[in-house]
Amino acid sequence: MELGFLLGSVVKIVAVLGWLYGLLQVMAHASRWVKIIGIIAAFGVIQIAFTLKIGDQSILNDFDAGLLFQACTMAMVALGLNLIYGFNGQFSLGQWGFYGLGAYAAAYVTYKWANDRTSSALFVLLIGVILAGATILVLRRFLSRYYNVPVLSAFTLYLLGCVAAAAVAVVAGNAIASVIDPLFGAKDAPGLLSGDLALQIVFVLAVLCAGVFAAEVSFLFGLPVLSLGSDYFGIATLGFSIVINTLMVNSDTILPFPEMKGGRGMIGIPKLTTWFWVFIFLMLVIVVMRNLIHSSAGRAILSVREDETAAKAMGIDVASNKLLTFVIGSLFAGLGGGIYAHYIGFLSPGTFSFLAGFNPLIVVVFGGLGSMTGTLAASFGWMFFLEGLLRVLLGQMGTEAPTWRFVLYPIALLLLMLLRPQGLLGKTEWGFLRAPAVKPRAPASPPPDARATPAAAAPAAK
Amino acid sequence: MQTASAEPPRVVQPRQPLPASSRKSGAGLAWIGRGFLLILAVVVALILARNLLDNPRLFAQIVISGLQLGFVYALIALGYTMVYGIVRLINFAHGDVFMVGSFVSFFAVSRFSLHTWPKVAFPGLSPDLATLIGAVSVIALSMVVCAVLAVVIERVAYKPLRNAPRITALITAIGVSFFLEFFGALNFVFSPRFIPYQRPFDVYAYYIGGGGIGMVAPDNPAPPDSITFSSIFVIIVIASILMQVLLQWLVRRTKMGKAMRASAVDKPTTRLMGVNVDRIISFTFAIGAAFAGLAGVLFAIAYPSIHTQLGILPGLKAFVAAVLGGIGSIPGALVGALIMGQAESLTAGYISTPMRDAVAFTILIIVLLVRPTGIFGEPEREKA
Repeated sequence: MELGFLLGSVVKIVAVLGWLYGLLQVMAHASRWVKIIGIIAAFGVIQIAFTLKIGDQSILNDFDAGLLFQACTMAMVALGLNLIYGFNGQFSLGQWGFYGLGAYAAAYVTYKWANDRTSSALFVLLIGVILAGATILVLRRFLSRYYNVPVLSAFTLYLLGCVAAAAVAVVAGNAIASVIDPLFGAKDAPGLLSGDLALQIVFVLAVLCAGVFAAEVSFLFGLPVLSLGSDYFGIATLGFSIVINTLMVNSDTILPFPEMKGGRGMIGIPKLTTWFWVFIFLMLVIVVMRNLIHSSAGRAILSVREDETAAKAMGIDVASNKLLTFVIGSLFAGLGGGIYAHYIGFLSPGTFSFLAGFNPLIVVVFGGLGSMTGTLAASFGWMFFLEGLLRVLLGQMGTEAPTWRFVLYPIALLLLMLLRPQGLLGKTEWGFLRAPAVKPRAPASPPPDARATPAAAAPAAK
Repeated sequence: MQTASAEPPRVVQPRQPLPASSRKSGAGLAWIGRGFLLILAVVVALILARNLLDNPRLFAQIVISGLQLGFVYALIALGYTMVYGIVRLINFAHGDVFMVGSFVSFFAVSRFSLHTWPKVAFPGLSPDLATLIGAVSVIALSMVVCAVLAVVIERVAYKPLRNAPRITALITAIGVSFFLEFFGALNFVFSPRFIPYQRPFDVYAYYIGGGGIGMVAPDNPAPPDSITFSSIFVIIVIASILMQVLLQWLVRRTKMGKAMRASAVDKPTTRLMGVNVDRIISFTFAIGAAFAGLAGVLFAIAYPSIHTQLGILPGLKAFVAAVLGGIGSIPGALVGALIMGQAESLTAGYISTPMRDAVAFTILIIVLLVRPTGIFGEPEREKA
């Protein structure tokens, strides 16, 4: 059984990495139809592997499905961290905090919807993120009339604005909910909002809102903290993770959310995550990230990492570029958190402890800083190899095995730092993630590299 | 990119910023931030004043427990501030060295009864002197083990990365910290359990006020209007101040200290002056770790339950204390640590116990925003 399991795991890891490679290659194809069919095929292959049964067992069982879903959320979180740390050079340890924030926010919305049959949480969060976003944009516009605004003043204004927006959202959300809630119908006569379709829509809205919520919190937090030095920023974000975790443990005493049940963990979250939604959100994150990195904004972000002084001299707004990456990275983390919460159905503060928060950092460092492919491959490989294979194998070796895992991680990390600081894959990018070749404006001269250009030119036209 | 000559010149329309003349200086907005901080300070002061007037005895008790924490943090913060001053590295593993210190003393006392050796070797010795020598030898053993451990860590993990980007070394430090925590959690090392700590000497409680000073005993309870403190509190305060003075002397008066200060300012030049900078750095790590070992023993005696993740939060808070006092400054570490200790115990006492960790990091952020160099810090340039 051991050998069979081992071989099966290795085959699965190779297959998943091959699947990822094929997906990215197909997405880089010039023809739009090939792209669409390829993406659908990539989705379908896994879906079939879940549902198709050989004998009495499907090709990918529930355990593998869990690993795959977790690998996808880890990929989202780690891509966000790679954007912040790998591409922008801001060493953040707070990614796990935003992940937890997104998970709890999204879970609370669907929990209230499915269990308490009320839409108040949804509307409060929805109105809250919209109003807070609008407030931030308006205040940004207002502050752009000044130069050299002290960070503390700007932070105070944003904070007051967001608190006001949240207060309005609580009042307005509850008012709307009291109007809408009768549509749920009675227990024996379910109304319009009790159906599965409504729940699916709420799930997507909840995950999106949770992502935006994490992004807005990261904006408020990042504004003062990003102006600190690089390693102070790391410590402050680590502090953020610890504070968020403390709040989670006390969510039923300090915070007014008895449904989250504090340190005992939140149970009863509807398990709505399916491969369809995981795939959609992962694609969303990959496409947004790739297009951002290879845009003008992405080049500004890279220049901030390389040399802040030189970037400033070229007219790049260093502070807002740092803030932009931090916000987008946290958005990804929040989305990942929402997906994770609805896969696992149970949230406990232990999952989001700051020690676990080093996992995405390990993934990013292993995959290579500033390599999207590396992060993706490392997320999948890490989840399948270490969480899947090693956990099962070590689990049979005794109760101490989980601790051994955490003894081996840091040693691997140390060896990597000492021997190959650029990560396992270095700066390699696969297919779609590679920088698109610039499309020549006039066909005066043939492209020098005829092999690469047709494949990569099409995305540039988007 | 726009080298194609056939191309008609493309008119680039840059996003028009507002004309410079219409943008006003943001200095006029500084009052908003200052007002915010002022309101925050007033609220905190009001809460504290109200509680002080309500129950001065309880307030004094909380301040004493804050002082006890603060002086322990001060010992840990010394290691952070010295290492950061010289190699510009947040030595994440320092908190875990502190943990190792308390575990070494635990094994010395519980397994090997090291604290009783004077009694065994010299039966005629007075019991007090025997306890003193025994306790000091336990502490000395912890300090030496921690110092050796820190030097090994420095040689193995940090030295090869001396010229790498700072963040690489920081990640390595995190890795070392993890390794110490989880290697310690293995059953044949320290085990992952909370372990009751056996003290090398007994701790007594005293009271002051309400009719003089006396020892609290079953037949002599503390009077209701008195303030109690323990002997370990006195020992922590004395040991911490003693170490501050010792370190101050070491850094200011000795040749080694001069070399340390020189390395902190400019390593290549110091090397040209014939100083072995690597040896100085190792020495700095050793001194800081020895203090952490001392702090570990005292902390375990004061709060006698130890586990392998004991060092994380005290380590982080001590780092915040070092930043607060001005990183690189030795008196700053003491002052910052005392402020942190007070902030923590007052928060736990009057606002909310779980939020005491949050306050530590809030203080860090506010201090770095208002005075980035800390209280005693000198302005410094960031080295890449």
